[in-house]
Amino acid sequence: MKFGVIVFPGSNCDQDVYHALGAVLGQPVDYLWHGDTDVTGYDCLVLPGGFSYGDYLRAGAIARFAPIMPAVIDFARSGGLVLGICNGFQILLEAGLLPGAMRRNDCLQFRCQWTCLRVENNATPFTNRFRKGQVVRIPIAHGEGNYYVDAATLAELEANRQIIFRYCTQDGEVTPAANPNGSVGNIAGIINRKGNILGMMPHPERCAESLLGGTDGRELFASIVDWWQRGERLGA
Amino acid sequence: MLLAKIYVTLKPGVLDPQGEAVMGGLKAMGYEGVTAVRVGKYLEVQLDLDDPEKAGQQVEEMCRRLLANPVIEQYRYTLEEPAGAGGKA
Repeated sequence: MKFGVIVFPGSNCDQDVYHALGAVLGQPVDYLWHGDTDVTGYDCLVLPGGFSYGDYLRAGAIARFAPIMPAVIDFARSGGLVLGICNGFQILLEAGLLPGAMRRNDCLQFRCQWTCLRVENNATPFTNRFRKGQVVRIPIAHGEGNYYVDAATLAELEANRQIIFRYCTQDGEVTPAANPNGSVGNIAGIINRKGNILGMMPHPERCAESLLGGTDGRELFASIVDWWQRGERLGA
Repeated sequence: MLLAKIYVTLKPGVLDPQGEAVMGGLKAMGYEGVTAVRVGKYLEVQLDLDDPEKAGQQVEEMCRRLLANPVIEQYRYTLEEPAGAGGKA
């Protein structure tokens, strides 16, 4: 399966994702420049972490209007797999591909640390190698990861099992103390209704091989590849 | 020429961590009477337009599409002649 990693001016995790997919998982992967307008031939697009366009105005707000974004939006709306990590998640929110918005961390600190996440839904292309309820360790690095959604939309996310990861303790308890940024419901990652677009604040590419101190991130990428190789496709 | 002065603030009820921190700072300085602080953004957009109605439509659209995030933010703006317009800048 062929991956495309979109490079915005200010992306700084593009090479890490490229390495995880190419060198660690052995999959074909290309960089796609933000000025490109075509994503034909790719099976999964990754919007990496970083500070696209300096994150001026709001994180992801300007990137959402990059020349490549109409093609990304078409690809996503037609069911293509899209993974947004950190700044990539923020861009997906700004583009309206996922519901909600990001506020600054409630602690007002840039948080760069390991977090524990509880896998709330493993029946997705991105999480099928995890067990439901499994606690995984994936690091975060962000100042604006305080996910917000109104109560009605939160209820909808819960009812449709769109909440994929929640910040938790080592034992899998979802507590305020385990929440590094104040996000509603300890949410660390969500998927769209159809199940082909995942946005998450933690960085799986930073724990994709044991050299980096953990391999839980590798399982997320491997889930995508397994899912694809099994020939599974999402329904309408 | 018209100058749009645009104010973007978080909607009421949306937690404003920056505002909270600034309030903490003011209280630490001894301003006990401060009961709330909200931090927003102020933008000036200069437009090569003379028709306030047309300019207003454009600014409205700019706010909705990019300058504010309608999920958490609200906006308001004024339109005026830039200072020095028609004269020496």
